Amino acid sequence: MIHSYKLGGLNIVIDVFSGSIHLVDDVAYDIISLYETKTREETAAEALRLHGGEVTADEIDECLDSVETLKEAGQLYTPDIYGDKADTLKAKTSGVVKALCLHVAHTCNLCCSYCFAGQGRYSGERALMSFETGRRALDFLIENSGSRRNLEVDFFGGEPLMNFDVVKRLVEYARSVEGEKGKNFRFTLTTNGVLIDDEVIDFANREMSNVVLSLDGRREVHDRFRVDHAGRGSWDRIVPKFKRLVEARGGKNYYIRGTFTHMNPDFLEDIKTMLDLGFDELSMEPVVCPPDDPLALTEDDLPVVLEQYERLADLIVSRREEGRPFTFYHYMIDLEEGPCIYKRISGCGSGCEYLAVTPDGQLYPCHQFVGDEKFRLGDVWEGVTNTEMQAEFAASNVYTKPACEDCWAKLWCAGGCAANSYHAAGSVNGCYEYGCKLFRRRLECAIMAEARRMLADE
Amino acid sequence: MERIKTLKTRSLCKSAKNGGCGECQTSCQSACKTSCGIANQKCESKEKKSK
Repeated sequence: MIHSYKLGGLNIVIDVFSGSIHLVDDVAYDIISLYETKTREETAAEALRLHGGEVTADEIDECLDSVETLKEAGQLYTPDIYGDKADTLKAKTSGVVKALCLHVAHTCNLCCSYCFAGQGRYSGERALMSFETGRRALDFLIENSGSRRNLEVDFFGGEPLMNFDVVKRLVEYARSVEGEKGKNFRFTLTTNGVLIDDEVIDFANREMSNVVLSLDGRREVHDRFRVDHAGRGSWDRIVPKFKRLVEARGGKNYYIRGTFTHMNPDFLEDIKTMLDLGFDELSMEPVVCPPDDPLALTEDDLPVVLEQYERLADLIVSRREEGRPFTFYHYMIDLEEGPCIYKRISGCGSGCEYLAVTPDGQLYPCHQFVGDEKFRLGDVWEGVTNTEMQAEFAASNVYTKPACEDCWAKLWCAGGCAANSYHAAGSVNGCYEYGCKLFRRRLECAIMAEARRMLADE
Repeated sequence: MERIKTLKTRSLCKSAKNGGCGECQTSCQSACKTSCGIANQKCESKEKKSK
């Protein structure tokens, strides 16, 4: 399978199953598309009809030779050799836990109306995780991580800084045992910023491999939803704190992470606000909510959003050329040393290598399933006891999803988000088609921007 | 004139033979949390150059 498209002044051909990417001229573009289904003679005749004014029959013949050479080298029209062994491929990376989303606080000092976590409570009562429960969660992770060295823990909520003392103690505990256990903890803090102070900044910049700072962009966009319990916007309070934290971060990773909704499908303006504020590691996500929610993105929003992604890619290219680069999470793509085929088939790892832990130690497949009782997998003391549910997640891969069968992007999205699939289609093997449309456009943009970078660096 | 320029990319077919060490980041762990993809993941294998 190949996927061909034109974007950003480039003609791009992706050979889906080898991962090869070719930049081609208009003649080769048509020849490669035609030759996928036609004979060499038919392709040559059709190409001559299309491009006879530009090229000779001999040149078309030479181009076809090049195409056949690439095919023989396994870089064009590569057949799908993974489907019948997808289970085996996923099994190699399953069976261990390597990441926890630690819900240290099911409460929040903001009251964002679009929050998928129900203002931090996940349909339950307000709660804070105790140190003992958190420590047991870390031990559970170590005990179930097999030979994996790198372990990830995200302090999540609600608002995790509402339980900052426990966060600090858990990091201290992890650091005290990681050496003897042969592990390397990588912590992430996801915060709305309200409680950031000098102590938090010092701590986060010392201990957190990554910090995710929630900011929706323009003040009026941010303050429409990200309000406190008195209804007051939070933009003015948090932006100076985010600036201080990032300035003191010394180059370590962070994301300014926004959410866009039906109210601001023109989210590029929010990206530009983030850039104007001096931030340069950015993430912007479509809202997660039921389709009948007034904030849900609509079909009418779709062309607007897709165009925003294109313009964002152009902005990345132009700012890089101007010496003012920035990164956008979904456009960070490593073509030379990206994920192996095991990763590309296995997907997000939810329910298996990635679990969410509630304040009282319950285990769920991921943070987006927390609060939905039927997805409860067990707890950090007994481990996973709902093995039937876990098996459903373990068996899910990009080849168990019928909607992915003919999709050119499947080895880049790995089947997508299990929670999105479930909420849209009632099954983790279902399909959230709207999200797929956004993903495919983002991927096209990401590859174009990266190809432009590679060309510029030559 | 060069009609086809092939970018340097990792061979997925070769990675089937040697990949799968599992040291890489869990897909949505550190940033988006709401829409998964693996395109932006980095390979963390110590031997990735041979893969």
